[in-house]
Amino acid sequence: MTFPGGARLVQISMKLDLAPPKGDAGEFGNVERMALKREQLGATPAKPAPWNDPRVRAVAYQILTLAAVVLFFAYITHNTLANLERQGIASGFGFLDKAAGFAIPQTLIDYSEQSPNARVFWIGLLNTLLIAGIGIALATVLGFSIGLARLSSNWLVARLATVYIETIRNVPLLLQILFWYFAVLQALPHPRESMAFGDLFYLNNRGFYTPKPVFEDGAGWVALALLVAIGAAIGVARWARRRQEATGEPFHTVYAVLGLLIGLPLLAFLATGMPISFEHPEMGRFKLDGGLVLLPELVALAMALSTYTAAFIAETVRAGILSVGHGQIEAAHALGLKHGQTLRLVVIPQALRVIIPPLTSQYLNLTKNSSLAVAIGYPDFVNVFTGIVLNQTGQAVEVIAITMAVYLTLSLLTSAFMNWYNQRMALVER
Amino acid sequence: MADVHAEAAAPRTTGRGETLRPPVTQVGLLAWLRQNLFSSPFNTILTLFCLWLLYQTVPPLVQWAILDANFVGDSREDCVSGGACWVFIKARFGQFMYGFYPLSERWRINTAFVILILGLIPLFLPRVRHKIAIAAALLIVYPVIAYYLFYGGAFGLRVVETSLWGGLFLTLVIAGVGIVASLPLGILFALGRRSDMPIVRAVCITFIEVMRGVPLITILFMASVMLPLFLPEGVNFDKLLRALVGVALFSAAYMAEVVRGGLQAIPKGQYEAAQALGLSFWKMMGLIVLPQALKIVIPGIVNTLIGLFKDTTLVLIIGLFDLLGIVQAALTDASWIGFATEGYVFAALGFWVFCFGMSRYSMHVERKLHTGHKR
Repeated sequence: MTFPGGARLVQISMKLDLAPPKGDAGEFGNVERMALKREQLGATPAKPAPWNDPRVRAVAYQILTLAAVVLFFAYITHNTLANLERQGIASGFGFLDKAAGFAIPQTLIDYSEQSPNARVFWIGLLNTLLIAGIGIALATVLGFSIGLARLSSNWLVARLATVYIETIRNVPLLLQILFWYFAVLQALPHPRESMAFGDLFYLNNRGFYTPKPVFEDGAGWVALALLVAIGAAIGVARWARRRQEATGEPFHTVYAVLGLLIGLPLLAFLATGMPISFEHPEMGRFKLDGGLVLLPELVALAMALSTYTAAFIAETVRAGILSVGHGQIEAAHALGLKHGQTLRLVVIPQALRVIIPPLTSQYLNLTKNSSLAVAIGYPDFVNVFTGIVLNQTGQAVEVIAITMAVYLTLSLLTSAFMNWYNQRMALVER
Repeated sequence: MADVHAEAAAPRTTGRGETLRPPVTQVGLLAWLRQNLFSSPFNTILTLFCLWLLYQTVPPLVQWAILDANFVGDSREDCVSGGACWVFIKARFGQFMYGFYPLSERWRINTAFVILILGLIPLFLPRVRHKIAIAAALLIVYPVIAYYLFYGGAFGLRVVETSLWGGLFLTLVIAGVGIVASLPLGILFALGRRSDMPIVRAVCITFIEVMRGVPLITILFMASVMLPLFLPEGVNFDKLLRALVGVALFSAAYMAEVVRGGLQAIPKGQYEAAQALGLSFWKMMGLIVLPQALKIVIPGIVNTLIGLFKDTTLVLIIGLFDLLGIVQAALTDASWIGFATEGYVFAALGFWVFCFGMSRYSMHVERKLHTGHKR
């Protein structure tokens, strides 16, 4: 076996060769032998050959890498420019101001076919954020329930949760989306025979109908009251906590906060003359009129995304709770805390420290997975912008670059949040 | 069962020397039920709710999938009983497995998979020696054999264009290429990310974070739309090859992060000891660090592979017919309309078997390689 790093070893051994103590005649022969050894190794052992010097090598490798990357990009840029010119495709971001010229079935802000492509960008982004928001809310609730169910002492509940997780996790998400859309929602009745839930909600193969809030003048005051209530609630919670830490006296924070959050907006609502009403969906001759309609694509996507992500969140939650040592719970019981208090004050805060980072990355995954909307035609960002706008303008480079920038921004924001949270939550050890 | 438990439990003695059986509620089935299903009022409600849920779902499901189902026949007219129409799956089975691969050439796919299985068997038998040589042959020689068997164009085999490939066969090809390509690439990127050389590190971090930050669908769009733009005029990339490049690069980035986790878990002493022995960088990594690091992250690697296997379905969006794609295409066939559920259930079962198998196998390997790092 040869040692490529041999030169370095020799260097080290030379440094360790201590000079023999002076005036010790008995060691003379030894010194002579050492001198001989040195001669054999070469009189000046300090510098290895340049191609063996780690520092030289590092610089060379990096120059090579850089050159390879630069050459690669120069090559593809050159080819791309040549190809674009040959195909007569414009470049630059001018296409963002051109009229889009196609209809979008769900727009959260004003849009018409004459709107510019930049508008399509915002509509797609908002639709993505909408589905992500709905999916995250549902997945969190479902995931925490199933994660807790899997830890339940009830054998049947734990088994059912396991079966759910193992089934859902091992089937591709795209398949589940297609299943919800083509097998479940398409099999729903026609609008004439809608499934009704107490005359408020209707479900049929055109979507999910809910009452639509109608805002009149003065609704802003209610919103303002809600904001004030949220601010006040945070203030009360902080004050109560500080007081408890200082004096040990607990405060009924939950009731106070609930009262504030419900009472203030309600007061404003009554004082301004009830400016918010609900428009109910009515059964017309052929279809339901009025109300707020959730597209079937939205419903299918929300169901698939939330049930799928819930299975992963459940495992995260289980791992988090199992990570809290049993001694912690026993110690809390020994201190005289009740079961609920143990959970709330001891187990959950410690479990959250473990749960939140992977939970955030599951949220990010859900947001990225919402791009599968393209398979069933929900107008999310990838569908309307990366799909339709790209097809119409042919400006693949710009459109894909913008798409990547959007998702990268989202993921960077998420990791920034995670770093901030980890720093805040890191165990302070002695 | 209750009696067996009752006898097994230690008998109590009374003062008069007789032995008493433990109370009925403390042993056997009854005790188990009380402890696990009806320990508190809340648990009782939960149990009853679950039983109701099972009663609502399982009997209709069995009724639909087995009792009322249609298994014989060859057209939709044979599906009359109202249950599942498995005739549809039976009629389309060949397509679901091989796609549009010519009927007369399907033996080539079968041969290739038989060779693969024959090659894999010795790797799983504990007594076989020269495993590394066999694995190397599988990694280097087998892809060449498989390429010529699948694509043809040599040894008198007819060329079968990749546009005809499909079904489970295509899914396995994409997953296989992804797995084989992503592991070494991922290791390289992980090493690059941990490197002391700032430029190498920056390149690797940029690649990994960009790939991980965007959805696979964007990568596939990019591979299918932009790759042709990147190449000089006249060079044309096969659609399947474009998808393969996208999938391999995407999973390599995830693999890199998994491997990096393993590299970070190896104590510094291991690196220093290897360096003190005078090992070069690659020897240190290959002989000391990577074997330990990869062993730690086996669960993570298998998770990535399962993810990769599930992600192969996305190629249907860029127009390839993998298992899900071909099922989806079959559902739009006018003579078989209305059997979406059967098609999806079949495809789901196919994916589930592979993914579940992989996760179980990883657990088994984890136990086998467990050499006492964990307590």
